[in-house]
Parts: sequence; structure tokens; C-alpha cells
Amino acid sequence: MGDTTGEFVGTGLYKSYAGAGADTPAAPVLADCSFHFEAGKLNVVMGTSGCGKSTLAYLLAGYQTPDRGTLLIDGEPVTGAGSDRLLVFQETALWPWMTVEENVLFGPVSRGQSRQSARPKANALLDRFGLADFKDKYPSQLSGGMMRRAELAQALVNNPKVMILDEPFRGLDVMTRELMQEYYLKLFEDTRLSTVFITAELEEALFLADRIYIMSDAPSRIVKIIDVDLPRPREISCTATRRYAELEQEALTALYEGRELEAL
Amino acid sequence: MADATTPTITRRNPFANEGFWLAMLGLGSFLLLWYAAVKWTPIQAFNRLPDPLTVVREWLSPTPSYGISIFTADYYVHILYSTYRALAAFTLAILLGVPLGIFMGWKRSVHQYAYSLFSLLRPVPPLAWVPIAILLFPGVEPAVIFVTFLVAFFAMTMNTYVGVKAIPEDYFRASACLGGTNTDILWDVIIPGAMPSIFTGLQIAMGAAWFSLAAGEMIAAQYGLGFLIWESYNLIQYPTIIIGMATLGLVGYLSSAAVRMVGNRLMAWREQRLGTGG
Ligand SMILES: Nc1ncnc2c1ncn2[C@@H]1O[C@H](COP(=O)(O)OP(=O)(O)OP(=O)(O)O)[C@@H](O)[C@H]1O
Ligand SMILES: [Mg+2]
Repeated sequence: MGDTTGEFVGTGLYKSYAGAGADTPAAPVLADCSFHFEAGKLNVVMGTSGCGKSTLAYLLAGYQTPDRGTLLIDGEPVTGAGSDRLLVFQETALWPWMTVEENVLFGPVSRGQSRQSARPKANALLDRFGLADFKDKYPSQLSGGMMRRAELAQALVNNPKVMILDEPFRGLDVMTRELMQEYYLKLFEDTRLSTVFITAELEEALFLADRIYIMSDAPSRIVKIIDVDLPRPREISCTATRRYAELEQEALTALYEGRELEAL
Repeated sequence: MADATTPTITRRNPFANEGFWLAMLGLGSFLLLWYAAVKWTPIQAFNRLPDPLTVVREWLSPTPSYGISIFTADYYVHILYSTYRALAAFTLAILLGVPLGIFMGWKRSVHQYAYSLFSLLRPVPPLAWVPIAILLFPGVEPAVIFVTFLVAFFAMTMNTYVGVKAIPEDYFRASACLGGTNTDILWDVIIPGAMPSIFTGLQIAMGAAWFSLAAGEMIAAQYGLGFLIWESYNLIQYPTIIIGMATLGLVGYLSSAAVRMVGNRLMAWREQRLGTGG
């Protein structure tokens, strides 16, 4: 709890995808992207759709390597995927052919733990996420919110140093989304697990974040950092405070400035 | 949560089905046309053929004029030989096609290595393989099975490949992230993920095996329905040709239907268990 590992430092990251054919040029997605995601903090990355948020998440998780620049986790270069950095996907990545419990057990069992010894922790997490009665169900039998909670359990059971969440609540209806945000916030405030949370929604960013990193449109980099000094533990009522309104104004200004820069 | 665990299966009565009667009508008019063409037209080419009544009489006769009917042991020897070859080819196609399809879909290097070769060989019809098969294999049996196997194998491989390709990339990423080894990925992600497509492949492969069988048997075999057809032609035993053809169609249809039934059962069970589908 609260141990201060899981710090990401990115310096001058570049990433482009090869074009569809050999003759189409590579489109740069990230260009000179630098950041310092502090450990034990809820770092929120914000950007418009298609600006390269998922690309950044894949770099952090180690599925992809940057073309240029350095990316360090706790001072060590990121060299590949690993269970110390877990990514919760934008679209669900629960395997439809495994029960919820089997999905959660996949990580520990893959890393050589026996099913028996991994089960108590998995079940404790499922219990905590209100999924105890659903552990033998298949993902398609769960609601959207339940799937998201199952994914959190699937990631947390591995004791990651840092969690990367790529728009985890996108596609949920407004009510469920708000419930999940409150739920998630409580989880974070209890554990203070180092987190990179990616979103395109300003309200979500302000409600959750310790610090917001705003990305420009592609080729993107971090253009603005906003410290969200709203007190913790937060309640949804904090969105009605004066300080929230000020921060919101500051963020909106930054977002629009970014847009104008692109238009030039 | 939809209650997907209680599917309603309604058993339909085939006789109350309009489609059934239309199918019967189609079959009936075909037989009538055949009879008319043989018996009532002045066209020589048609008059040479046996009419359907003659064929049926021969087929059901305890003492057939040309030695083959449902009462002769030889008839069943031919059926058994053909069935054995089709099943052997089908099994081989699964054993070789599924792994190849999996690796082609999974590993880029295997794909690059095998795919173009595969695409070149795939359009070559089974009949065109017969000479090579005879040269290649020491005996009749392996040669016939090889020819029967090829199209089924291609179908099996392609369907498995497509099934693996259709698995969302995030499933692989998640598995890599959670520390899944190649073995975990194979058994927990690829095989279950490609399963629906593999089942489709099984049905196509069974059909393909029967489809190719006759080509091999006509040329290289001493038993089997394909051989029976060709032999009867050479011996001018025309009703037996038709008996062979009809039996080939029937047995082929039945085995394809059996594979389809087993496949559908398994898929329905799977969908029901996973709570997807209907
Ligand atoms: N594998 C790929 N090959 C080529 N181009 C890609 C690939 N993945 C993403 N892109 C492109 O890179 C850009 C950034 O994509 P990315 O998915 O990182 O954006 P995003 O901010 O996560 O978008 P969204 O809000 O839709 O999730 C997009 O223009 C996208 O088309
Ligand atoms: Mg994205």
C-alpha cells in the first residue's frame, strides 16, 4: 500500500505507425512527448479522440516500443510487457470463453502459481468488487459495469506496481459511469496505487485526478499540466465547489489553446 | 442479464413444412424428366442411359443383372472402402490443417513462409493431383487418400487461419501482459477463440473429402464407389453407374450431415454455456 514505485518518466518520445502500403508515409502519432507520471499518484492523461492516447498506453505497457526517446519505469527502461504494469483496455479484454474467476486466475496461473493457492486472493478481490455471486458466470452474462470491475480484479490480482487504464469507462451509460468513477476513486484512495488513467472526458479527469496531463492533437505531446488540488477523499459534491470551477476553466482554456495551435 | 441458459428447441414436423414438399416436388420432377428423356425422346444419347425404374429395380434386386445391389456383399465392400478413405483423409486434414492454420494465423513468420505457396497450390483441382500422387506413393491406398485429403486439408487450414485472425488483438495483448506463455496463449486464447471457425472448417472438409474421393478412386483403386462407377462404365453396366453415383451422393451427404449435427450441437452447447447467441 502506498509504496512509491511505479513512476514513469518519458523523454522526447516519438511514435509513428507504418502507412498502409510501403509507399504511404508513416503518420506520426506522438512527437516529442515528455512526461513524469509520479508514483502513488492518480495521473490522468486527457486528449481528444484519435490523438494517440491508446498508443501512449501501449508504450507504457510495453506492447510497442517508441521510435525515439526514452521511457523509464522507476529508473529502468521499459523493454516489454510485464505484469508489473497492467493495462485495462478501452474495449473489454476479458476472454469470453472463461468464467469470471478463470479470467482473474489467468495471470497468477500463467506465472506458475497453482490454481488452489491463487484462488483465495482472486475470490477476495471479486468479493470486494461485488462479483462474488458472478464468479462462475461468463463475461457476456455480466453488465458493462460488472465487466469493468472484473477487469480491475483481473489486473489487481497480479500486484502491479502501476495500473494503466485506457478509457476504462467509455461506452458505459451515464449512471453506471458515475457509479464506476466513485467506486474506482474509493479503490484508489484506499490503495494509492500508482496510476495512469486515460480519458477524453474533462469531468472524469477533474473528479479523479491528482494531476491532469493534456495532450495536443496528433502528432501529440503533453502541452499542459494541471494540478488538481481538490481534497481527498473526494465526493461527487466536490464538483460543485468554486475550486472545481476554476480548474475546469483552466483546463478548458488549455484544451482550446491546443486546438488553435493545431489550426495554424 | 438475459436468461440465455434455457433455449427453446421446437422440433419441427417435416411433413408440415412447405420446403419439404417443394424439395420432394423438385426430386419428383427430376426423376420424371429423366424417365421421359430416356424413354420418350428420339435422342440417341439419352436412350443409351438406363431409366430410373430400371436403376431402382437393379438396386433393390436380390439377383442383380450386373452383380451390385443392396443384397450383395460387394456393394458394402465398396461403401466401406470409400468411407474408410474419406474418414482417413478427413482425420489427416484435421491433424495437419488445424496446427498449420493456427501457426499461420499466430506467427507472422509462418504466415510469410507458407501463405503464398499455399495460395498457389490451393486452386489445383484434386484430379490434377492424381498422376503425382501415383508417382509419389508406393501403393494405391496412400495415393487415393492423398488426393482425397488435399482439398479437405486446404479447407481446414484456411478456416483455422481465418478463425485465429479474427481473435481481437487485445486478447493477445492482455495475455502477454498478464505473463501468459506461448502455451497459455495457445490453449487459453487461440484454440477457444478460433473454435467456431474450426467447426465450420470441419463441415467443409468433410464435404471436400467426399467430393475429391471419386477422382482418386476412379483412376487408382480396386474398390470403392468411384472405382465402381468407372468400372461399370468400362463394362457397359450402366445401371450400376447410377447406383454408384447415387450411393456416393447419399453416403457423402450423410457423413457431412453427421459432422454438421455434431458441430452444431457442440457450438450450441458452447454458446449456451457462454451465454452468447440466441
Ligand atoms: N496499429 C496501427 N496502425 C496504424 N495506425 C494506427 C494504429 N493504431 C492507431 N493508429 C492511428 O494512430 C492514431 C492514434 O491512435 P490511438 O488509438 O492511439 O488514439 P486514441 O487517442 O486512443 O483514440 P481513441 O479516442 O479513438 O481511443 C490514430 O490516427 C490511429 O488511426
Ligand atoms: Mg484509444
